Amino acid sequence: MAEYSALSLLKHAWSGNRDWRPAWRKPEPKPSYDVVIVGGGGHGLATAHYLAKEHGITNVAVLEKGWLGSGNIGRNTTIVRSNYLLGESIRFYDFSVKLWEDLAQDLNYNVMFSQRGVLNLAHSPGQADDFIRRGNAMRHDGGDAVWLNRDAIARKVPGLDLSGSARFPVVGGLLQPRAGTARHDAVAWGFARAADRRGVDIIENCEVTGFVRDGERITGVTTTRGEIAAKKVAVAVAGSTGRVMKLAGIERLPIESHVLQAFVSEALKPFVDTVVTFGGGHLYMSQSDKGGLVFGGNLDGYNSYAQRGNLPVVEEVMSEMVALFPGLARVRLLRSWGGVMDMSMDGSPIITTGPLPGMYLNTGWCYGGFKATPASGWCFAWTIAKDEPHPLNAPFTLDRFQRGILTDEKGQGATPQLH
Amino acid sequence: MLINCPYCGPRDLSEFTYRGDANRTRPADTSTDQAAWNAYVYERVNTAGDHPEYWQHSGGCRSHILVMRSTLTHEIASVSLARGQKKASARRQQKKRPARRRQEDRT
Repeated sequence: MAEYSALSLLKHAWSGNRDWRPAWRKPEPKPSYDVVIVGGGGHGLATAHYLAKEHGITNVAVLEKGWLGSGNIGRNTTIVRSNYLLGESIRFYDFSVKLWEDLAQDLNYNVMFSQRGVLNLAHSPGQADDFIRRGNAMRHDGGDAVWLNRDAIARKVPGLDLSGSARFPVVGGLLQPRAGTARHDAVAWGFARAADRRGVDIIENCEVTGFVRDGERITGVTTTRGEIAAKKVAVAVAGSTGRVMKLAGIERLPIESHVLQAFVSEALKPFVDTVVTFGGGHLYMSQSDKGGLVFGGNLDGYNSYAQRGNLPVVEEVMSEMVALFPGLARVRLLRSWGGVMDMSMDGSPIITTGPLPGMYLNTGWCYGGFKATPASGWCFAWTIAKDEPHPLNAPFTLDRFQRGILTDEKGQGATPQLH
Repeated sequence: MLINCPYCGPRDLSEFTYRGDANRTRPADTSTDQAAWNAYVYERVNTAGDHPEYWQHSGGCRSHILVMRSTLTHEIASVSLARGQKKASARRQQKKRPARRRQEDRT
């Protein structure tokens, strides 16, 4: 019997729900592991899961400095999509969407992946051409995309201002039907439980304070809970990459940490059943199952490790939302928060061996890390197990910057705040 | 966040454009050192703490400024004009002069 099923619910209800097994143990760190993963966020936990499941490597520890789900896995706007232009991006993110489609079964944990579609609105003929080109590229590389005209959008999203007098009149939109949203905390908990059941030690409140080295080679980590030796040390710490890698003596990386804010409104009755993005500025919005509108916009635009932002971006995001949905003007904001993004120099991630022997690095997710969680873990696990990247993440190694083979979706160049 | 523009005084963040990390040194235009150019274009110290960075007062006097700001708290320790560190002494003198003179200096 699966650990979570209708039958097990019934069985536990019978015994008063007193004997559920905790979703993961609270083990003491062992003196040594085959693989130590620094960072117990979505990507670290997914890596542990796929290391155990796909490669049979179960002598693994995941070290988390806070509690599970305290970082970006619990701070995002839960959007899953693969609507990219460049082949290497489409293949990687579409592989991720495929993993998402089976994730609840794979983990035996309801991650509430809802393929409600992501609709990118276009506001000028030029932007429409650009989006259609991107849609064709997606279809060419095995993804899915549909162009919607204004009438089709009016039927799909009734609250939108589609009048010709709108500040940015809508001319059409690119819909990716297989995209959608997922329950972000459940993703962390699901991966954690699946990894735990295969023998992975998930160690919370264990901050890495340094790396143990044998010459150039990394042979372990020192933590607030003692020294842990490891044959391989994998780092997946998102916005904290700069700080953690400095502990290993890596002073410079093609990464800047920036703050991105997100917002949730008071709960409303069902209002929008897809993810809508605004092409006149930068806004993405969906409605959670609890009824709150979950939305966000641009980065604040300056280097930051503070998990909070400033008011100009709040004002910009709110005005964009009201431009799109005038009917929401009097809806009250419930909460806003910030997360630290590991912005890379070309807007694409880094999943790589190195930069030191015995070390593996997963970073540079910009603000698209959540959707990539399963594929990131899958590819990182492959890279750790086989000491070389999988063809899916081969374009995303660290040396691409020296070699000049960048994957720059937006063509912004080395200005991280613009990706 | 308020930034204390050397010309205009404390102004709201929305008047300023971020121009990036000031830790980097641009190699000479004639340099063909690939490692140096790679470091300048792509590599960042990504400091957690006091971070020297360039901003432009694009919604005001348009001057480029060098700001020392903590990336942990967003607290600003110092603001000066970006026209080279050697201007630091000149700036101290400027403070003593009336505003009118400063404008003449610039033209």
